[in-house]
Amino acid sequence: MIFTIISIILILAGLVFFLGAAVGLIRFPDFYTRVHAAGKGDTLSSLLVLLGFAVYQLRDFESFSHDWLILLVILKLLAISAFILLTSPTSTHALMDAGWEDKVKPEIAKDRSNHLEEDGPKY
Amino acid sequence: MESNTFFIGVGLALLFLMIPAMWRMSVGPTALDRIVAVNVIGTKTAVLLVVIGQIFGEVSMFVDFALAYSLLNFTGSLAAARYLHKTKAGAGKLIVFDEPNPEK
Repeated sequence: MIFTIISIILILAGLVFFLGAAVGLIRFPDFYTRVHAAGKGDTLSSLLVLLGFAVYQLRDFESFSHDWLILLVILKLLAISAFILLTSPTSTHALMDAGWEDKVKPEIAKDRSNHLEEDGPKY
Repeated sequence: MESNTFFIGVGLALLFLMIPAMWRMSVGPTALDRIVAVNVIGTKTAVLLVVIGQIFGEVSMFVDFALAYSLLNFTGSLAAARYLHKTKAGAGKLIVFDEPNPEK
């Protein structure tokens, strides 16, 4: 019962973060802020939902010799979580870098200097 | 509350929250916006596969699909980012094959 409650809390928190990612993907003004919202919200919500499902698998666990398949499923869910934790920021960074190299215009206030228009990307 | 009802609700919530990403994918001003939206949808599809496996009571089978799908999604988005980086076409609305992006 305690595992079910923990998993429900984790899954609902993941849905809340995905709601944030979706709202940011719609409402933010330029490419960089949209990538920011999508990358962070997407990574964290995927992690939380997958960890919630990994905790939920523990509800029937009794002994290691009888229920080792459950442990295998949990191991695979944790592997997906670790993989998403590694790859989602990497692909976000790659997309952001491609946009920066292509000089996608950021939304900048009028009185701030935009060095993208002066001399190209600086690192 | 029966557990299957909760998981069906979670799957439907994931599905409906993909609609903003699909909207961004269809209207997004640059090509890279579309790729970002596709990346979000792909990651969430891997999660949705686990949800579907839980609804069917076959998580041990569907978790392999989710792992393979997340691998493919990462490879695809990296390939798209590298391609748009090489062709300098990411800032345009459409991918231009021959001439470089006029804004550059």
